[in-house]
This record gives sequence, structure tokens and C-alpha cells, in this order.
Amino acid sequence: MKTTNRINFYSFLEKMTPLIAVIFALLVGAIVIKIIGEDPIFVYKVLFSNAISTRDGWGNVLFRATPLIFTGLAVAFAFRCGLFNIGGEGQMYIGTFLATWVGFTFTGFPAIILIPLCILAAAGGGALWASIPGFLKAKTGVHEVIVTIMMNWIAASLTFYLVLQYKAPPTEAMKAAGVQQMIPHTREIAEAARLPRIYNILKSLNIDFPSYNQVNISFFIAVVAAILVYYILWKTNLGYEIRAVGYNPLAAEYGGISVAKNIVLAMVISGALAGLVATNEVMGFKYRWRQELFTGYGFNGIAVALLGKNHPLGVVLSAILFGVLNYGGAIVNIFTGGRIPRELIMVLQAVIVIFVVISDEIVKRIIRKRRKTI
Amino acid sequence: MLGNIFNADFFASSIRIAIPLALAGLGGVVSEKSGVINIGLEGMMLTGAFTAVAVTNFSQNPWIGILSAVLIGIFLGLIHAVTSITFKANQIVSGVAINLFASGITVFLSWLFFNETQIMAMSNLPIWGISIPAMGSGSSFIRSLIVIFLHHSPLVFITLIIIIISHVVLFKTAFGLRLRSVGEYPEAADTMGVNVNRMRYIAVMISGALAGLAGSFLSLEQAHFFVKEISGGRGFIALAAMIFGKWTPLGTAGAALLFGFGEALSIRLQGILDIPVQFINMVPYVLAIFVLVSAIGRAIPPAADGIPYEKEVG
Repeated sequence: MKTTNRINFYSFLEKMTPLIAVIFALLVGAIVIKIIGEDPIFVYKVLFSNAISTRDGWGNVLFRATPLIFTGLAVAFAFRCGLFNIGGEGQMYIGTFLATWVGFTFTGFPAIILIPLCILAAAGGGALWASIPGFLKAKTGVHEVIVTIMMNWIAASLTFYLVLQYKAPPTEAMKAAGVQQMIPHTREIAEAARLPRIYNILKSLNIDFPSYNQVNISFFIAVVAAILVYYILWKTNLGYEIRAVGYNPLAAEYGGISVAKNIVLAMVISGALAGLVATNEVMGFKYRWRQELFTGYGFNGIAVALLGKNHPLGVVLSAILFGVLNYGGAIVNIFTGGRIPRELIMVLQAVIVIFVVISDEIVKRIIRKRRKTI
Repeated sequence: MLGNIFNADFFASSIRIAIPLALAGLGGVVSEKSGVINIGLEGMMLTGAFTAVAVTNFSQNPWIGILSAVLIGIFLGLIHAVTSITFKANQIVSGVAINLFASGITVFLSWLFFNETQIMAMSNLPIWGISIPAMGSGSSFIRSLIVIFLHHSPLVFITLIIIIISHVVLFKTAFGLRLRSVGEYPEAADTMGVNVNRMRYIAVMISGALAGLAGSFLSLEQAHFFVKEISGGRGFIALAAMIFGKWTPLGTAGAALLFGFGEALSIRLQGILDIPVQFINMVPYVLAIFVLVSAIGRAIPPAADGIPYEKEVG
């Protein structure tokens, strides 16, 4: 009885390693803040209290967490098949552009058709872009890490070209002043393609919520996507095969599972998830494609997935944590008059990743040692 | 028209573009030959590029800037070694973390020290070699040879020496044999008394030094400034060069030259062909994918590449 208790304790400890990593990373952050001559306690107080003490703060946090849930799920899903999809950035670019194009092209369609069509385009664009490295990996064995990175740069150039082709006409004010668009952007998508903001729903329920808050229905789409990922991975044959390939491709092949097919499928689903960032950034927020609107989500998704231990629930929770850090970081930046750059949060994310993998190994070593003594 | 493209300046600029790719690619070779995958080359280059310009501006001496870039590369290499060798973490995860860290810390420090994300280099390296004789004096053939081979930044000549040294050290010395043995068959190397993990630490730190040096070339010599994400995926293109060069220093340098050639060509074509600039910008990346696909089957990585060494305890 006593031994089982101990084993339970260590498996609990193993699950808690992300928490340990976050605490260590915050300590490192505190040291950095101290070095540049600011007060770490004050900075962290500003960072966390603004994010979680008000409804407005929570709305901002969830708005920032939503794209990270999508890209985090994308990385986690591919990882379950033993693949490193570092191409979330490029898949997101293609998916969002395609969704925007559908949104401003088929303007005559009613919302009930246009919204699903845009979502389909977002997922389809991402899936298409991810299928190329998936196919190359399956057919020739080229490492997906390098190919997906190359595909990111190609996607950035391609969408930059496309946005110039579909540039919004200058507004009257711009014409009068004789100026050009500062950052290239497309026309706005049709009203019918836009997702309602949470504010609209809460207003009809008579709940007080600021109208300028950008959190929208896309957050719920992200949660549904997380549940779907869980269902596919652990409740379907496809998920079983994908996990088998990730666990041991040779054994999977021997067991009659096609490694090549599952690699391509895993990449396609992963890319589709990354493409769905469009629901938050375009359909729920900017209503247009804008160059450099959402750089970084693809890469931050890697940190989110690792911190969430590549489990959908973990991904949602760590995306929300990163939402807190991102929003809080922006507030800190304003509060300290720019003395603490918001890139501090990026540094913290990297430190979290390093500590997650290190604390995993330390806990494993402790468990191994204890098992021997038991 | 061809004469307009393939002139001496074109070949000289191909070499210049190839230098950081060759240096970082060599870093990849040294690390992977010892059995450690180093995806963090990109981040090490980026941090090196920032450090080189920042320290040069503070010290007014580009050589100190370059030395600092190398030291920062060694430090990041050490972090990669600690996580992936001592703690046996997934080497790709560790490399990705280093890249994330580099993206954040370089912009963070740019804001902190310079209040902007683009920093001009205040001081440049001198040009070494024979100065170019004025047009008209001397034959144009000799002039071309000087432009291509003998009129460069010191880092170009230093890179050539490093390429030759790495080849000799890796394949002609006992140290090189030990380094390759821990990447091919660590158990056997261990039995023969080679300290596997120490060998890998050394290799990963050398790898970081080379990537840091590559970064300093990128900012101090190519651009004369640092801007956020200046490395632009070159660390990964360097990895492609390494694979295409079959994990050998000479092959990697040759592949880097091929990429330099491709990029120089795409820059030249911008003015001549009526192709949107965005498509021309894709050339290096598309080329890298094609090179990788064509290298597969012929290029075999070291047998223990990417596998942490688990010492058997009896």
C-alpha cells in the first residue's frame, strides 16, 4: 500500500514538471528584471493583476490565447506522430490568406454558408501547405524540420505577393492626403463572414463587458478543436495508428500500419489546425489580411505544446498562461514607459521550454533511483 | 546579357553570401559528427550577429565584436550541450528553444541598449588583399581574378583557413577520429577510453563558436547593421548545405558556395527579368528544398546522430 502511494506521488510529480519549469522561468525573469534595474515584484504584480483581476483582462487573455491554442494543437498533433512541425507559421499564413480571400470574394453569400466556407478555406490552406513537407518526408525521408522552416519563408514571400495583388483601394482620407498604405492589407471580408464578439453575446445576457474587447467566438472554436484532437488521437483508429507511428515507426509498419500514409495525414491535420488561426485574427478581429499581423504564433505554438506536454488539455491551459504573459507583458511595457521591452516574454517562453525538458529528466532520474530503493 | 550577369563582381558576391552558410554549416558538421543535432545554429547566428554589432559599437573595434560573437556562440553551445547531453533532452526541442531565446533576447537587448531594432555598425573591418587597380590600367582578366579571390574582408580568408583546418582535424588527427567515433558508435569509443560526453560537449561548443562567427559576418560585413531576424533562416539553409555536403567540411563548403551562387543569381535577375521580387526572394529556400530532396539516399548521417549516450552501469 505504501509503495503504491509513493509511485502515485512520483507520477504526480512527473505531471507537475511544467509548473516547476514555469516557476523557475519566472525566477530567471526576475533576475533579468533586477539586472536592468527594475523591481521584479512590482513588475510581476502589474503583469498578473491586470490580466486576471477584471473581465476585460480575462477577455484580453483569452483573445491572445486563442491563436496559441490552434498553433499549440498543431505542434502537439504532429508530435504525437513523431513529427516536428515547425512550419505552423507558414501554414497559418496560407490558411489565413485563403480564408480572407473567400471572405472578401463571395460577398453575396449568407453567413450560414460563408462562415463555414471561410473556416474550411483556413483549414484547407494550412493543410495544403503542410502536406508538402509531409509528402516529402513520407516519400523521400527529408527531415520535416528543415523543409517546414523553408516553407515558412516561402509562405511569407507568397502571401506578401498576394496581398499586393489584392490590396485594398485607398480610402478617401488617404487619397486626399496622397499617402499609401503603411502596411499592405487586403479589402475587408464581408459582414456575413465575421464571427461575433463575446461582448455581443454577453450584452444580450445583460452581463457587463467592455464593447472594445476583442475576444470572440473563435475561442470556442479553439476549445472544440482541442476536444476533437483528443477524440481523434485517443478514440479513433486513425489516432491509434498515428500514435503507433510516433511511438515506434518500425513496429507500426510491422503491425500493418502504413507509416507514409499516417505521416502525411498527421501533417495535413496539423496544418489545418494552424490555418484555423484565421478564425480569431481575421474573422473575429481585423476582418482583413494584413502583412505582419500575426507573426510569431507559429513558433510560440511550439513552446505551448511542450509546456502542455502535447496533450490537448495541457495545450489549452498553457496557451491561457501564455495569453496572461503576453497581455501582462504589453501592460508592463506601457506601465514602465517602455523600459521593459515586451520581448522579455519571448525570453521567458524559451526559458520555460528549456526548464520543462530539464525538469522532466530530473524527475525521471529521481523516480528511477527511488524505484531501485523500493 | 550573360556577360552582364556573370561578371567578376557576381562571383565575388557569391563567395560573400556563401561565407556565413559555410561557417554555420561547418558548425553543423562538427556537432553532428559527434552525434548531436544542432537546430539551434540559426539562433546562435542571430545572437552572434547582434553581439558583433553591439560590442563593436561599444568598443569601436570590430575584432573585439567578432570575438564576443564567437564567445556568445560558445555559451549558447554550452546551453545546448547541458540540456541535450547532460540532461538528455530531445535535441531538436533544445535547439528550437535556443532559436526562440535568440529571437527574444536580441530584440529585447536592442530596445534596451539602442532603443531601436536596427543598429548600424559604427566600425567596419578593413579589406584585405590586393587593392583593385583602376579600370584601364592592367588587363581586365587579372582585375577580375583580384576581384573574385584577392580583395575581401579578412573573414573570407579566415573562413577558408577554418574550412581546411576542420577537414584536417576531423579526418587526419586522433582528436578527429575520437570525435567521429562518438557520433558513429559511442559504446565502442567508450570502451576504448574516450569520454563520450566530454567529446560531445567540445564539439557542440565549437559548433556554437562557428555559428557565432557566421553571425558576425552576416551583420558586420554583409549588411553593416543588425536588424531583428537578420539570420532569416540561414542557419537552416546551412543545415541543408551540411546534408548536401554529406557531413564533410569540404562538401559543406561546396554546397554553401552553390547556395551563394543561387542567391547572387536571384539578386542579379531582379533587375533583368520581369519577375515579382517576392518570387525571387523565395529562390534560396526553394533551392534548399530541392537540394535536400536530391541529396537523400546519397547522404547518410552519422549512425548515433541525435541519440543521447546512455552509459551502461553494471
